[in-house]
Amino acid sequence: MDFISTHLLTIILFFPVLAGLVILFIPGDQVKAIRWTAFLSSLVPLGLSVWLWTAFNPNVAGFQFEEQYEWYAAINSTFHLGVDGLSLSMVLLTTLLTPLAILASYSISDKVKAYMILFLLLETGMLGVFLALDLLIFFVFWEIGLVPMYFLINQWGSANRNYASLKFFIYTMAGSLGLLLAIQMLGVLFQTYDIVTLAERWSGLEASTLLGLSTSTVKTVTFWAFVIAFAIKVPVWPFHTWLPDAHTEAPTAGSMILAGVLLKLGAYGFLRLVLPFYPAESAQFASWLAFLAVMAIIFGAFGSYGQTDFKRLVAYSSINHMGFVLLGIAAAAKAVGTLDATIALNGAVLQMFNHGLSAAGMFFLVGVIYERTHTRDLRQFGGLFPLVPVYGTILVFTSMASLGLPGLNGFVSEFLVVRGAWAILPGFTALAMLGLLMTGAYILKGIKDVLHGPLNEHWAHGEHRLTEINIREILVMAPLMILILVIGIWPMWILDVINKAMTMLF
Amino acid sequence: MQFPILSVIVFTPLVAALIIFLMKGERKDEIRVTALAASVFALILSVWVYFAYDQSAAGYQFIEKVDWLPVLGISYHVGVDGISAPLVLLTGLVMFTGVLISWGIDDRPREFFAFLFLLAGGVFGVFVALDLFMLFFFYEIAVFPMYLLIAIWGWKQTREYAAMKLTLYLFLGSVFALVGALAMYWQVGQNTGVYTFDMLQMEKAGAMAGMVEIFGLAIPFQVFWFLPVFLGFAILGGIFPFHNWSPDGHVAAPTAVSMFHAGVLMKLGAFAALRVGIMLLPEGAVYWKYLILGLALVNVVYGAFIAMIQTDFKYIIGFSSVSHMGLVMLGFATLNREGMVGAGLQMFSHGVMTALFFAAVGMVYDRAHTRQLPELGGMVKALPWVAISFIIGGLVSMGMPGLSGFVAEFPIFMGVWKDQWLVAVIASISIVITAGYVLIAVRRVFFGDMPAQFEGHITPISVLDKIALGTLCLVMFALGMFPGLMAPLVELGVQNVLRLLGGA
Amino acid sequence: MSINFLSILPEVLMLVLGILILVLDPLWKDEKRRLNLGWLTAGGLFAVLVISLLFGRPGAQGELAWGGMIRFDMLGYAFKLFFIFAAAITALLMMDVEGVSRRAEAFALLLASTIGMSLMAASADIVMLYLAIETTSIPLYVLAGFLLDDKKSIEAGFKYLLFGAMTSAVLLYGLTLVYGFGGATGFDELSKQFASSTPFSIGVLILLVVGLGFKLSLAPFHFWAPDTYEGSPTPVAGFLSTASKAAGFAVLARLFLTTFGSSAQEWQMMLAILAAVTMILGNLVALAQKNIKRLLAYSSIAHAGYALLGVIAASELGIASAVFYLLAYVLTNLAAFGVIAIVGRAVGSDDVRAYDGLSRRSPYLALAMLAAFLSLSGMPPFGGFIGKFLVFFAAIQAGWTWLVVIGIITSIVGVYYYLTVMKYVYLYRMEGEDEEANPIPLTRPHLLAIGILTVGVILVGTIFAPWFGLSTDAAASLFSAALLK
Repeated sequence: MDFISTHLLTIILFFPVLAGLVILFIPGDQVKAIRWTAFLSSLVPLGLSVWLWTAFNPNVAGFQFEEQYEWYAAINSTFHLGVDGLSLSMVLLTTLLTPLAILASYSISDKVKAYMILFLLLETGMLGVFLALDLLIFFVFWEIGLVPMYFLINQWGSANRNYASLKFFIYTMAGSLGLLLAIQMLGVLFQTYDIVTLAERWSGLEASTLLGLSTSTVKTVTFWAFVIAFAIKVPVWPFHTWLPDAHTEAPTAGSMILAGVLLKLGAYGFLRLVLPFYPAESAQFASWLAFLAVMAIIFGAFGSYGQTDFKRLVAYSSINHMGFVLLGIAAAAKAVGTLDATIALNGAVLQMFNHGLSAAGMFFLVGVIYERTHTRDLRQFGGLFPLVPVYGTILVFTSMASLGLPGLNGFVSEFLVVRGAWAILPGFTALAMLGLLMTGAYILKGIKDVLHGPLNEHWAHGEHRLTEINIREILVMAPLMILILVIGIWPMWILDVINKAMTMLF
Repeated sequence: MQFPILSVIVFTPLVAALIIFLMKGERKDEIRVTALAASVFALILSVWVYFAYDQSAAGYQFIEKVDWLPVLGISYHVGVDGISAPLVLLTGLVMFTGVLISWGIDDRPREFFAFLFLLAGGVFGVFVALDLFMLFFFYEIAVFPMYLLIAIWGWKQTREYAAMKLTLYLFLGSVFALVGALAMYWQVGQNTGVYTFDMLQMEKAGAMAGMVEIFGLAIPFQVFWFLPVFLGFAILGGIFPFHNWSPDGHVAAPTAVSMFHAGVLMKLGAFAALRVGIMLLPEGAVYWKYLILGLALVNVVYGAFIAMIQTDFKYIIGFSSVSHMGLVMLGFATLNREGMVGAGLQMFSHGVMTALFFAAVGMVYDRAHTRQLPELGGMVKALPWVAISFIIGGLVSMGMPGLSGFVAEFPIFMGVWKDQWLVAVIASISIVITAGYVLIAVRRVFFGDMPAQFEGHITPISVLDKIALGTLCLVMFALGMFPGLMAPLVELGVQNVLRLLGGA
Repeated sequence: MSINFLSILPEVLMLVLGILILVLDPLWKDEKRRLNLGWLTAGGLFAVLVISLLFGRPGAQGELAWGGMIRFDMLGYAFKLFFIFAAAITALLMMDVEGVSRRAEAFALLLASTIGMSLMAASADIVMLYLAIETTSIPLYVLAGFLLDDKKSIEAGFKYLLFGAMTSAVLLYGLTLVYGFGGATGFDELSKQFASSTPFSIGVLILLVVGLGFKLSLAPFHFWAPDTYEGSPTPVAGFLSTASKAAGFAVLARLFLTTFGSSAQEWQMMLAILAAVTMILGNLVALAQKNIKRLLAYSSIAHAGYALLGVIAASELGIASAVFYLLAYVLTNLAAFGVIAIVGRAVGSDDVRAYDGLSRRSPYLALAMLAAFLSLSGMPPFGGFIGKFLVFFAAIQAGWTWLVVIGIITSIVGVYYYLTVMKYVYLYRMEGEDEEANPIPLTRPHLLAIGILTVGVILVGTIFAPWFGLSTDAAASLFSAALLK
């Protein structure tokens, strides 16, 4: 046990890879064994991260459970892991969603082995980003996550998957190129990649110059490189165009993870790297960021409303919701250190977590109906509620969370964001409220088109008779719904951790 | 006297070649087994050398020195440092996997393996040479079997042309470098009074001082001779604008030879350019560094673009090698620690990676008899191992973290940043392009629908092939996840180079 | 000036051998026994070689013998060893040439010519020199035209004779002028007369260069070579291209360095231009050849140019490198001609297409050919590489970088055509594609000759210290003689 507690993060990080290796040696036709191995082994990181959560002391500043190993001495990079309140909540989200996504993937029957291995690899990639305290390691995992996602879309996606996967890959690759260059610049400048050390030395930078470029230039360049890389990942309007395609074409579980965790990577990057290191630049450009956030909220909502494809609708809603995260970040950037800023940040981080839950749930529910009907066209549904009452109830519940109904989680976080931002960026916040209005509109439109209205007789009889959601699928949804409800009613258990982290971080 | 392990490594393939030549041509299996045994032996020894290298002692180790032609200061002088030890290992690896992959060669396997081993012996010889004459001697030995290997067992459509082009280019480069080397010999003799080809003597400070008078201009000796020497060797490294032998050569060569060629031989050029060009003529290197940087940059970007528009599967890899070797040159040209460490690692990483690439391409081609992207598809079902290997290779080539390509390219870029930030920015474009062409190739060859004419014709690969692919993949993962396995070693070698540059 | 039998020991032994052959000729009537003529010649020559190696070694300084006619030194000694070796190999190769193998005259002529060459290499007097040259040439004229049934052979003989006679005349004219103005015939004495460079000495040099240029087949005095090589029996062509050429070099080095040492600048430039032209022309024209004997003829023209680099360097290292180059070249070119003789006999053609599929018909012969051709193109681990390396080495030391650059570029051209031939051998298939059913028969003398040569080529290319030692000794003896004046 001692070993586990001292190497907790490493174990959480690499357990999925080990499980993937084990699966590699299971014969490809033992589909059941592969699925269960993948599922059960993905529960281990979840259990460990729950342990991590309980063992974590939110009252202590800085990083906990730190581990540091020799990695690449030649360029002064170490394998440095650690968590604070911010990353802890993201780790929990990741380890929670992965088993659910794997469970949701039981319907996959083609190349199950490769699928599961890639999924576990993806988990490691995502966890690595949240756990890394070394810029190079951060980048390593940032990129590693990309590959499995590419193949998940490319191999198990729907009709237009080639285009979508390539677009996804090239967009994010282009973004990470900037990230790479920025990281290199910092590495060359500081002779270290360690985030903790960097933070300490950061202020000493003013005096030194590099490459014939003035310090402020270097700062600006790296600032923009980071911002663009993260903005693509979030995605921020107008870099968002890869997202609807990728989401639409990805397999259900892929969408769950994509919306649930991958989008958070970008926001996490903003919080972990951009705001702490570039307070001045951030403040300077905060209004622009807020503008982009508002655009994302409004266009995301309108875009969503205009969709006839159920999955695309949900995909655009992600843009909309991530806009709130960004708005919170922008507000915090503008007035860092104030109470309002902290509130906005709390809201943003909680919104990241909440959106992870609700978006994953929504994508899964879209997947459930798609598997039965093989269409996502809203016009072909209608009045399904009597046929599938349980499914209908769950869909309505999750939609309401997404919509921001008080009593469910979405309300809490969005309220906090708006509350915080209102005092700092009143104009933008007001505009954002307009977007919020549209949120209600498109969600209700989605529910209406699917569940209510005149029944499409096609689904009522014969071989096309729509079947009810099954136990496995309910099991996927249950933890999500429980958390949605719990956070909605009693958010303090998580907000406390986030709040302390934010207060100490900024 | 210690066990002469380096000599044993060098002469294992040569002796094996001789033995194979003396075997009966019809006994093909015996020949193959002999070849395998020799390659395994060499591999084990090279692994041993790699791990037995004493990092605390640094410098050249396992040194052996025997007079060869003492009158002229020529000796048989071998030893490895941090830069050459990984390359020896690389050669061992490629030799081993090359033999495995060539198991199926049925046309005169005796000659094939014998020539292949001559080549391998030459390559080993260059990597361990500490005597300039010896370096040339083995360098040429490595060049000529290439001609025969490509011309005889190569791709029917271009083999004659490509083999000849390759040989002439390389020969041209090497003889110009040779002239430079001879000039260096006399210069060292004049300056120090010691006439020797011993590179450890020649690299001593001040040994290369002096001026060259040409057309009434006095040019520093090092500045004048650096270009012929460096470029002469760099031709084999595929430097722009002398790179165009390389894709043709790669494509025409039989699989194992492509592996050797791109995997090891191009490193030979880069290595010799470093050992002779930069280490012996540091002032010249400093003087011309921006030219080299520029040429290498063209390599990197141009190679990637050309790879992008190819439709022949193997040409894609061929041009990607041009691009990646450009990164090696780029790293050298920075003349700083990060860049050179990266270049050293990139030599190894790229060697393993292209070996894997060409192995995969060869396996597909052997079964489909075409390498045109539009005609291929869906190979993943029939050849899953090949597909996975190729994908892993592709990820390495686009510098995906966690694999060896990243740990090699990253420091190179750092080095370039330190020096010329604009170059780093431009060079980084190649990363995106690389990702593009690799993904396109992967998708077109391995995924999608398999054309009807291949149904049932794609036979699975053998266990030997799997061992070869698996070994190469494993090495790339190992290095990618634990750069500490190699980086400190390379750094030791680089420190020596920097010491010499510091004197310039 | 003493009478030193040791100084002409090889010549004497060869003379004895020749007489023995002529005596045995009428006695060995039986066809089978007549074959022993070749064995006897070759064996005898090898014996001479061994005896010379054991007993015939001169002192480091060298000395004049036989009334100043002959200089008994390492330079001459080294070359004599080359000639004897080449003659022995040639004898072995001649044993399977229809119309030559059973004729005692052929072997006797070979010996006579070898004696001439040995004297050429050693001669220290212009009279002796001229006599030796003629002793060498006349048997060779005959040998070149030995196949009376073959029109090409006759043409070869005649062409060689005519060119040879003409250039002999020019040489003789030059030598008479030397005598006329120098008033002496000994090289040493003459060097005192030509102590300073005058326009006259340059004129004489031109005449001498023409005369010797023919022997060396330097461009533009090379026209006889391709036709003669093509027509004469292949082993004879091999002998012509190696031993006879080496003999020319021995004379050139000795005469120019000792007697005309003062005009070094002039003849160096003269030879440099000739060398450049020779290397360029030889290699370029070889490109176009489809007949392998002609190809080798042009290649050997080119090789004379490379060897000349060492002489042009005119340093001790230069001469040593030239000697070494010639040693490697003699071995290599004999091997090449040997293979061609064997294949030509079996296939009945000297066209390159006749070599299609050779590697399948006879893998080891192909391998020997590969070694020889790679050595010719200057690749390690064969002798040719070291030879080229050394002459370039010496030329750069002496500041002839431009010439080296030409040498390098032309040697790349060489690589092209040598490898092209190997393409026929290794890549192409013979008509009908059943090479295994048509092996090339390999007789014992051939096997022996090719074996010795191939091993030799590799040996010279790898363990080169002893051979280079011999070369440096030879060069040193020449320079110590030059210092005497």
